[in-house]
Amino acid sequence: MLTEEEIQEIRNEVSQYPFPAVACIDALKIVQQHRGWVSDESVRDVARELGISNEEVDSVATFYSRIYRKPVGRNIILICDSVSCMIMGYESLYEFISKKLDICFGETTSDGRFTLLPISCLGDCDNAPVMMINNDHFNRLTVEKIDELIAGYK
Amino acid sequence: MTKHITPGSAPLNLNDFRKVGGYSSVHKALKEMSPADITGLVKASNLLGRGGAGFPTGVKWSLIPVDNDKSKPKYLVCNADEMEPGTFKDRYLLEGNPHQLLEGMIISAYAIQAQKAYIFLRWAYKKAEAELHKAIDEAYKAGYLGKNILGSGFDLDLYVHSSAGRYICGEETALLNSLEGKRAVPRTKPPFPAISGLFGKPTVVNNVETLSWISHIVENGPEWFKGLSLTATGGTKLYGVSGKVKNPGTWELPLGTTMRELLEIHAGGMAPGHRFRGALPGGASTDFLIEEHLDVKMDFATVAAAGSRLGTGTMIVLDDRTCPVAFIHNVEKFFALESCGWCTPCREGLPWVEKMLASIEEGTGKMEYLDLLKFNAKYMGPGNTFCAHAPGAAEPLQSGLNYFYDDFVMHIDGKKCPWR
Repeated sequence: MLTEEEIQEIRNEVSQYPFPAVACIDALKIVQQHRGWVSDESVRDVARELGISNEEVDSVATFYSRIYRKPVGRNIILICDSVSCMIMGYESLYEFISKKLDICFGETTSDGRFTLLPISCLGDCDNAPVMMINNDHFNRLTVEKIDELIAGYK
Repeated sequence: MTKHITPGSAPLNLNDFRKVGGYSSVHKALKEMSPADITGLVKASNLLGRGGAGFPTGVKWSLIPVDNDKSKPKYLVCNADEMEPGTFKDRYLLEGNPHQLLEGMIISAYAIQAQKAYIFLRWAYKKAEAELHKAIDEAYKAGYLGKNILGSGFDLDLYVHSSAGRYICGEETALLNSLEGKRAVPRTKPPFPAISGLFGKPTVVNNVETLSWISHIVENGPEWFKGLSLTATGGTKLYGVSGKVKNPGTWELPLGTTMRELLEIHAGGMAPGHRFRGALPGGASTDFLIEEHLDVKMDFATVAAAGSRLGTGTMIVLDDRTCPVAFIHNVEKFFALESCGWCTPCREGLPWVEKMLASIEEGTGKMEYLDLLKFNAKYMGPGNTFCAHAPGAAEPLQSGLNYFYDDFVMHIDGKKCPWR
């Protein structure tokens, strides 16, 4: 069930648009903001709230890379694996982080602290290699910088 | 265009921006000019869209059925979903001078008589998002947005939509579907967005860099704009260089600056111990150019004549210590992952290409794959797909096979990557 707060936030979005279905992506983002990810139950709840089918909501939820349909960790590390970052050596960063946290791309640490994901070009290629942790952007990365960065996220 | 951007420091706020002439073009446009005057000016300037396709902006606007009937909504959308690998120019403008973009959007919306405008922003651009919200708040308070702007009777509301991720959102009709809360699948064209766009209403979608030009064209006129370039195209361009060069970065230079000048002067040449082998001149979806093309002028027509596209004008350099097969594999994997899956050549062709390239890179490729790669590049090409995604993916593949054929053969014959 959606909370009162979630319903209110979704209705605020809906009020800006010509019809409720337009708020589908916003609604999924709201649910994810509160719960960390979007469960099957949340898909059904959003569908009911917007008056569209479960399948329509799920087709949107599974399309966008920033909507998570599986549980994720408290922090999400996004390593850019596009071409400029490849030339500048993202692979060694990935190997270092992967070894340190003992997870591969798509996995979450057993303590739920980090999920590690690849991300397409982050538009900072002159400062490659680049990554994000949650909403924070980091560039000109070296293996030496990683330890310190990761320590800041609990 | 980048005059008032100081990298590393906060963008100008509305007051400071006005002190250097900001928003004076809005006064001029809304008080002294008709919408048709502005469209005429932009047409005369020959401003070509800076998002990658290079379509004439004024022509795009003139397709909008303009009337002053407020019951018939029209929309202006700024495409700020920058996600082309190797491209980092719109981030510079968004973070560096958001008011310049708003100024351009207000005038553009007036020209097509749109009362609602959206900025479709890449979710990852958090700093740009914060700066845009700040600038929009200031513009509302100063009366540049909202009802009856500067007493002209023209109303405009402006919203920022932060995307939920996916490269295909940058395709203009896919972007409109995404703004409508749907999957970002491209639409059939025609009808073009100018006739049936957002919510089925007339809509113009322009890139950040394109819209950032509008105030300057209104202020200084089309002849001034044309005089800025080294070729017939008009204007300057935000160019960029990334890869193993001494000084990667982005610079505003006259359109028509050569690849050599970009690479050797602005980017400082290759990084020590690295030799130039080729470059994608305008992002991942453009054909490779090689050493013999270094004197090509980087404008739309000249790069096209050399067999590639200016695209976003941000060059990705391939050096001799990076494996060309790995480079192309990386790019094709990106396109395969980012395909929306709507049409067959893209949905089926790209993963097939990606698997063959992975196999060649690992040393298990076969010679017949090279013909199959060419076959796929051909059938993913223009005319066979719903949008430009697969044709864009075909460009680095076909030109890479052409220029680096021997490197592919070395992988297959040697059963390993010579760079590993």
